[in-house]
Amino acid sequence: MTKLIRSEEEIMLADAARGYLDEAAPVAKLRALRDAGEAHDPALWAEMAQMGWTGVLVPEEAGGSDMGHAAACVLAEEMGKTLAPTPFLSTAVIAATALRQVASARAKAALAKIAEGTVTYALAIDEGSKFDPEAIDLVAEKDGNGFRLSGQKRFVVDGGFADRLLVLARTEGGVTLFDIPADATGVTRSAKPMIDSRDAAEITFDKVEATGEDVLGTVDDAMAVLKPALEAGQAALAAELTGLAAGAFGRTVGYLKERKQFGTLIGTFQALQHRAADLWCECEVTSSAILHAGRMLDTDPENAALAVSVAKARAMDTASLAVREGVQMHGGIGMTDEFDMGFYMRRARVGAEWLGDYGYHAGVVAGLRGF
Amino acid sequence: MNDDLAQFRAEIRAWLEQNCPQEMRDGAVGEDSTCWGGKNWNFTSDAQKTWLERCAAKGYTVPTWPVEYGGAGMNRDQEKIWLEELATINGRLPLQSFGIWMLGPALLHFGTHEQKLHYLPPIARGEIRWCQGYSEPGAGSDLASVQTKGEDKGDHWLVNGQKIWTSYADKADWIFALIRTDREAKKHLGISFLLIDMTSPGVSTKPIRLISGKSPFCETFFDNVEVPKHQIVGTENRGWDVAKYLLTHEREMISGSGLLAGGSRSLGAILAESGNLDEPVLRSDVMRHEIDGLAFGLTLERYKDQAEAGTGTGDASAMLKYYGTELNKRRQELIMAGAGSDALTWDDERAPHWLRSKANSIEGGTSEVMLSIISRRILGLPG
Repeated sequence: MTKLIRSEEEIMLADAARGYLDEAAPVAKLRALRDAGEAHDPALWAEMAQMGWTGVLVPEEAGGSDMGHAAACVLAEEMGKTLAPTPFLSTAVIAATALRQVASARAKAALAKIAEGTVTYALAIDEGSKFDPEAIDLVAEKDGNGFRLSGQKRFVVDGGFADRLLVLARTEGGVTLFDIPADATGVTRSAKPMIDSRDAAEITFDKVEATGEDVLGTVDDAMAVLKPALEAGQAALAAELTGLAAGAFGRTVGYLKERKQFGTLIGTFQALQHRAADLWCECEVTSSAILHAGRMLDTDPENAALAVSVAKARAMDTASLAVREGVQMHGGIGMTDEFDMGFYMRRARVGAEWLGDYGYHAGVVAGLRGF
Repeated sequence: MNDDLAQFRAEIRAWLEQNCPQEMRDGAVGEDSTCWGGKNWNFTSDAQKTWLERCAAKGYTVPTWPVEYGGAGMNRDQEKIWLEELATINGRLPLQSFGIWMLGPALLHFGTHEQKLHYLPPIARGEIRWCQGYSEPGAGSDLASVQTKGEDKGDHWLVNGQKIWTSYADKADWIFALIRTDREAKKHLGISFLLIDMTSPGVSTKPIRLISGKSPFCETFFDNVEVPKHQIVGTENRGWDVAKYLLTHEREMISGSGLLAGGSRSLGAILAESGNLDEPVLRSDVMRHEIDGLAFGLTLERYKDQAEAGTGTGDASAMLKYYGTELNKRRQELIMAGAGSDALTWDDERAPHWLRSKANSIEGGTSEVMLSIISRRILGLPG
């Protein structure tokens, strides 16, 4: 029976990841990139490829390490603890999961490049201010043997620097997912620096040419490919947010043990102790949902939707509480840019919106639970 | 190993099919639906009696206890299968009791072999019903300040004092109690864990009427009660160790009770039948409760897996107790809100359940005590 505890391999992976990330991608890394006006560090990504992280969901025959979704969640969680700025979710989780649903030589080649770390992807779905894959207007009109894509996408995370785009478009009989180069003729990107110091682009498509080869999966049936990719991404994002909550919480508890006021450590005050303990409980409960989502995606992916939505809803809620309490318990210092808590707070807000907010996932849960 | 488990599942399924009476397949978990056992128990039906006897004969009332003490010797995976298969046919648990949840685990850990042989099988067969003598009028959250005293009289202790909030003391056959046997020692170090026959001369009980209109709790009085020396669990004056160990089991038991109440159906699905779930604020609260409840259920699973793997900590039960009881209180509020004025009469079961749930975050250690335990022992925050 599947156990809701980490395996030896997962514990070792987490330890190794922590060791590497503390060295190579502490919060100071994100801060330095922000100060330099950048959102992506190719050198960091190349190192992650060498360690097999970019190929975590790439089959071995395509050169990946194929460690599975629970392992991807372990990595995402460790990255979340120090807010490591990487296109891990867009490329190694979402794009890789979409591509591996497709049995073509081209998809296999793309997967190999993801594992090598030589390509980055971004997922272009949103058109309004909320995640809603059902409600899109960008069209792919038939044009000879191919298509022409016209419309606009917003909040394309990592879209400012990604090499390729997965674009959800309306076709005659449904919606279709296209895999096209980000520098194709007719694509205009305006990268927008977001509050979390990462990147999301607004992208305009003006009669962008796409061939039948560029269709990922089947025309009019994007969801066969996109649903598993979205669920994988939502679970990994939930894991990242859980790591983020743990990172913020660790700093807060550390501060309670060193800050003195009224001649004593503020951690002796019951008002703060109980709030810290309550937050710890929320983190614990959310951790269980993350583990379960990873297990379900690995063992019973057809029925993972409930586990994934519970995980994403819980994780954004817990992360939000952790950063709000983090700033409040730090007091004035928590409000300064010099201190890192603001970076945690801003990333938590972006993570809450990306791939479905609380209401979206609560709706999924309610539907699957019969109300 | 998975083959073995599949085989085990098939055996359990076949046994249940043959042995679980139809009347016991209604998933009921109310106060008397599940048998509490003991000499004073009145079976609500022949089927309830038959069901208990058949399960007890196989050790299924206490599946994980060793066979020689009345259990079935199941491991955690097997127990899970037993519970899953029982849930599949909507079967009632054959027996519930404080003996199973609290005293049993403590005896298995601290008792002598003779004590286990003597006390555990009657619990497993539902013959003896136990109650818990912990709190006193002056010892609530500060439990270790209990004053009920036991004087050393050579072959027995002479016990005098009063316990309060003794659940079902008026129906129980025996009580496990914290008794001060050394008045000079520091408060945690002068307590012994004694087992006392409720029919002993000098023991009396008085039910306390609660806000729910029911009286599940009693005051229990000890007036020159003689307790033989062999009726002690663990070492004299070190009963606090037993008490704490037992409390972790009590807290885990209380933490899961709210989840069991709904069976496999979601609260939202149950409330939707009332037609009131379209109201957006209620619906939103129910959704949030559903998400938290599912995640908490997974946490109970995870902690059991941790305990089995030997990586758990006893202190974590404070978290389960705190979170589970607060969740159950939310659940009861939502049930009342969903039912509207339908649930405002005394002939409806919902109001008493709602009122009863308010004790969840008090009994077995208040939510505030749980948060203090987490703060000190898990987070390491200063005194």
